[in-house]
Amino acid sequence: MSLFAVTRATLAKDLRLEWRSKDAINSMLFFALLMVVVFSFSFDPNAEESRRIAGGLVWVAFLFAAVVALNQTWARELRNQVLDAYRVSPAPANSLFMAKALGNFVFVVVLEALMTPLFIMFYQLRALGPAWQLIPVAALGTWALVVNGTFFAAISIRTRSREIMLPLLLFPFSIPALLAMVNATTAILTGELSARFWIVLLATYDVVFTIACLLLFESVLQAE
Amino acid sequence: MRPAPVKPSLTTQDSAVISTNGLVKEFGRFAALRGVSAEFTPGRLYVILGDNGAGKTTLLRSLAGLAQPTRGKIVVLGTTNLRTVCGQIGYMAHPSLLYDEMSAMENLRYFARLYEIFDDATCARMITSVGLDPALARPVAQYSQGMRQRLSLARAILNDPKILLLDEPFSNVDVHSAREMAGLLAKMRDSGKSIFVVTHQASLLENLADEFVWMEAGQITRRTSTLQPVEAQ
Repeated sequence: MSLFAVTRATLAKDLRLEWRSKDAINSMLFFALLMVVVFSFSFDPNAEESRRIAGGLVWVAFLFAAVVALNQTWARELRNQVLDAYRVSPAPANSLFMAKALGNFVFVVVLEALMTPLFIMFYQLRALGPAWQLIPVAALGTWALVVNGTFFAAISIRTRSREIMLPLLLFPFSIPALLAMVNATTAILTGELSARFWIVLLATYDVVFTIACLLLFESVLQAE
Repeated sequence: MRPAPVKPSLTTQDSAVISTNGLVKEFGRFAALRGVSAEFTPGRLYVILGDNGAGKTTLLRSLAGLAQPTRGKIVVLGTTNLRTVCGQIGYMAHPSLLYDEMSAMENLRYFARLYEIFDDATCARMITSVGLDPALARPVAQYSQGMRQRLSLARAILNDPKILLLDEPFSNVDVHSAREMAGLLAKMRDSGKSIFVVTHQASLLENLADEFVWMEAGQITRRTSTLQPVEAQ
C-alpha cells in the first residue's frame, strides 16, 4: 500500500472539504482577528517595546487559533463514523496522520499569511535583524504546532470534553517549541542576538516529535 | 417456539471463512459478547438476528477488526491478524461512513484510493450496481436516507471483498429498494462471497439467506436454516 498515494488522496479530500465548508479557516481567522484587536487595545507599546513583545503575542495567537482548526479536522472524521471506513481499510495509519498534519499546516500557514500584515500594521513592526530568518522560524514553528496538535487532537477527539482535553495535552508539550519560536522571533525583530540556536532547537523538536507521532499514531487510530 | 435447526454444513476450522472461539467483548462492566464460539463457511449468506443489545453489532465490529476482543479468538480467512486480511473485508455500518459534503463519486473515488483502486470506472460501476447515478453531483448530505444506505453498500463492496459485514443495510430503505438490495446480496453470495447481515427486517432475506443466526444476551443461541419456527412448518 503506497503511503504517498494515500496521503495525497486524503490531503486532497481534506482540502476539498475545507474549501467547501470553510469551518476551520473561518473559525481560526475570527479567533485570531479578535486576539489582534484585543491585544492592540490592551497594550500601547512604542516601536522598541513592540519588537520585544510581538514574538510572544503572535505565536500565542497562532497557537490558540490553531487549536480551533485541529479539533475541526478530526471532528469531520467522526461525523457518520467515517473514520471507521479508514480503520477497516488496508491504508496505512501514518498516511492519515501525515495528510491531517499537512492539511493543518496549510490552514495555519494561510492564517499566518492573512494575519501577519495585521500584526505588522497594528504594532508597527520592522525587523532589525535578518528578516528572511522569519520564514524558517514560521515554517518550523507552524509544523511544531500542527504535528503535536494533530496527534493530540486525534487522542482527545473521542473524549467527552474534547475542547478542554486538546489544550490540556497540547500546551505542555508545546512549551519548548513555543519558547524557541518566541525567542527566535524576538531575536530577529530586535536584532540583538542570533536566532540560529533557536532555529536549530525548533528543527530538532520537529524531527523528534514527528517521528514520535508517526510511531505512535497507529495505536491511537486503532484505539476504541 | 423453537426455530428449525440448521442442516449440518462444512464446519471444520480449515474450511471456515470466519471462526470465533470463546469471544468475549466487555465495555467496562458490561459484556456485549459472552463467549461466542461459531464457525461460518464460505459462500453463504448469514442473517444475524436478535433484540436490541443482543450483541449483533459488536460481533460484526469485532469481525471487522474495529473492536478488539477482551478475550477469545477470531480467525478470518485463516489468520488471527485481521489487519492482514482487511482488504478482503467489506464493512457497512449503521451510520453511513460517508462524507456529507462530497458527491457519491467523490466519496467512492476517495475510498477506492485506500484500496489502491485508481480507476473511476470501478467506482461508477459500484454506484450503478446499487441503483444510483454516478453523475449525480449533489453532495451526500442532500441524499435521502435510502440513497445513503445504497451508497454505503456501494462503498462496502468497492474493493470486491470476500467477506461482507452489513449492519442494518435495509433500515430506512423503501420496500422496493430493499428488495433490490437483497437481490444484489444474493447475487454476490452466488458469486462466492460470504455475507453477514445484521437486520431487524429478516423477512426480506427469508428466501435468500442460507442460515439465520440468533443472538441473545451476547451469545449465539441457535442457528437455523429457515426463519420460520419448526412448529409453523
